[in-house]
Amino acid sequence: MSGASSDASTLANPRELDLGLPVSYLGDGYSVASWLFTTDHKRIAILYALSITFFFFIGGAAATLVRLELFTPQGDVVGADTYNKLFSLHGIVMVWFFLIPSIPTTMGNFLLPLMIGARDLAFPKLNLISWYLNMAGGLLTLAAVLAGGIDTGWTFYVPYSTVFSNTFVTLAVLGVFVSGFSTIATGVNFIATVHFLRAPGMTWFRLPLFVWSMYTTSLIFVLATPVLALTLVLVIAERTFNLPIFDPARGGDPILFQHLFWFYSHPAVYIMILPAMGVISEVITCYARRRIFGYSFMVYALVAIAVIGFFTWGHHMFTSGMSPFAALVFSFLSFIVAVPSAIKVFNWTATLYRGQIGFESPMLYALGFLGLFTMGGLTGLFLASVPIDVHVQDTYFVVAHFHYIMVGASVSAYFAGLHFWWPKVTGRMYPEGWARFAALLMFFGFNLTFFPQFIAGYLGMPRRYYTYPPEFQVWNVLSSSGAAVLAAAYLMPLGYLTWSLFYGARALNDPWNASGLEWRTTSPPPRQNFFGNPQVLAPPYDYHPEATPPGDESRIAEEGALT
Amino acid sequence: MSTGGDVLDKTPERHLREPWDELRLPEGRAFSYQRAGATFGIWVFIASEVLFFGALFLLYTAMRLEHAADFAVAARETNIVYGTLNTALLLTSGLFAATASQASEQEGCRRLTLGCLTATVLLGLAFMVVKGLEYREDIERHLVPGADFALKAPATQLFFGFYWLSTAIHAIHLSIGIGLVVRLIWKEWRAPGFLFENPQVEVAMLYWGFVDMIWIVLYPMLYLGGRGG
Repeated sequence: MSGASSDASTLANPRELDLGLPVSYLGDGYSVASWLFTTDHKRIAILYALSITFFFFIGGAAATLVRLELFTPQGDVVGADTYNKLFSLHGIVMVWFFLIPSIPTTMGNFLLPLMIGARDLAFPKLNLISWYLNMAGGLLTLAAVLAGGIDTGWTFYVPYSTVFSNTFVTLAVLGVFVSGFSTIATGVNFIATVHFLRAPGMTWFRLPLFVWSMYTTSLIFVLATPVLALTLVLVIAERTFNLPIFDPARGGDPILFQHLFWFYSHPAVYIMILPAMGVISEVITCYARRRIFGYSFMVYALVAIAVIGFFTWGHHMFTSGMSPFAALVFSFLSFIVAVPSAIKVFNWTATLYRGQIGFESPMLYALGFLGLFTMGGLTGLFLASVPIDVHVQDTYFVVAHFHYIMVGASVSAYFAGLHFWWPKVTGRMYPEGWARFAALLMFFGFNLTFFPQFIAGYLGMPRRYYTYPPEFQVWNVLSSSGAAVLAAAYLMPLGYLTWSLFYGARALNDPWNASGLEWRTTSPPPRQNFFGNPQVLAPPYDYHPEATPPGDESRIAEEGALT
Repeated sequence: MSTGGDVLDKTPERHLREPWDELRLPEGRAFSYQRAGATFGIWVFIASEVLFFGALFLLYTAMRLEHAADFAVAARETNIVYGTLNTALLLTSGLFAATASQASEQEGCRRLTLGCLTATVLLGLAFMVVKGLEYREDIERHLVPGADFALKAPATQLFFGFYWLSTAIHAIHLSIGIGLVVRLIWKEWRAPGFLFENPQVEVAMLYWGFVDMIWIVLYPMLYLGGRGG
């Protein structure tokens, strides 16, 4: 009973209607205005979930066309310009309007106050403004696409983006700039919430690891995003006002752009993976019925990744002509950041050891995460060493590597969390069979899509071209077939989760018999989150308390249990 | 600070916003807790802003290291009289801002608070006027990067690109600050007692102080280079 108040009156069972429970946050107003002007962190999380789902399928559609084009070596589906615009659209939308906001703004928004026993985030209005800024940014970028597209790639490298590109760079860059305010506001909000609104007894080292991951992600939000904002302002200023900043013809230094850009964009990779690590820690402990192995080291590892991640940006620029000594230092630091990542993988594995592992769908996604993250991390070490990086620079090896981390790991974790907390968020159960099938299909489809790219890349196939030599076709056919499987696997949750909203069985308050504070309220929670004042009496992940022999704990909560 | 309930018995909890109104703490403690949260929030935001301007200063550093001589030539073309006057105006506004912040927490200091806030806004506006005069002179002297730029040395355009960009970004920040302070004055004018012990005053003034401080760094970068010795 970790995290639960000993006072039974603070707990409730939705089946006992005469308890006089407040309505759930979903029933607290049905008008459009009650959603668009809400300051409830849970409703804002739903707004974010809708918008990122929209952007996910836009980015996915662009990727589908890219993979379709690459099915054959010739350019027979789209031409070179369209191809450039498609992969730019895919990158920009997926990075800034899906991956960066994905877990923090949906699950983070919904769960952070619940997990620490708070009523809401520290600044609820700011939270709503963040969503509007995010939407404004996304729509500006989409406007650039509708106006004719942008062909710079998601990195907006100068001088191409400032001097040469005739596409709608300014509009798209402005969209990303606006969305940056949204992430900074979210970061400020999360940090202040964790500092000030923890329930009595919720000490720093009793915080669930998901909360720690949100906290460290927020630090990166706050400290890295402004650097990107300034960099984008410089690009806009050079394009719009013709100021000489990065133009080498007028004394500017285009390499400086790369330094500034990657100073944000490398930590941004950790914005995408730290929240995923938080989700996985929650899911694995629950389905292995085990306390997390090495809690404090898991915390230190999150902090270490966030901090060291700020000092590795140069490994994106080994071939930019940087000093070999700088390359040496950046290479070393990139190896160092693998240490806390490895600590996390080993600790998750150790958590599984002697656990009563259940293979429910969230756990399938989480185990998929473990494998894909390890694969992506290890190939990251290849790329951190200068000689191999020079060999595979700008090839599909790099594409495969970062997709293993950003799609394989992060998106798997997103789906793990989505299924794990779906009963809490919606009050409905999803069809478990379909969910397991989708999880397995996603893992298979992902590997079929991206593993061949390692090989193609190692053999020398460059990225960002719409045609390629015919000897690479076998790998590309495999990859494109995998993409079709992956697309089907991504569409399935959209179908069965929507179905469950209307026809799913009512969820218990704690359907997984999980330990966190968020399960100590109704599913879905009321506007005020808790009845009475939650108090925290024990560390997190209190599965198998010391006194009870292992094996006595039921995995699934009993019907109507007062959790 | 826990005396808030006694002094303002009209609507004592009106400064408590969600979710701070549901902490189930004694009112005085909830109030000071909310205040600490608001101040903490703006400090975190200022940390973010430091990185924003930090990137700008890094840009300047890199460009100046690469083109030291041209930057000295270009920096001598800025108007040091306007620049120094503006520094004095903004620093004085910072004094009034700090006083307003302190005064808003004292009983019976309503007039002092309002007066200091007004002085802060007026000095901020004076800064903008001087900046406008300086911009006009710069345009007349062809110091806008482009085809008919006045200086010959190649990287001087780089310096003035930075000059226009950094002063414009600073002016945008200052305009936001002016807007925040005007809003506070307006609210107090409409509902007397609004400012008393209201964390919004300290939050706005911390932001104002930050914008001041950015100018203190920009001033030597833009006006003092090439003028020493």
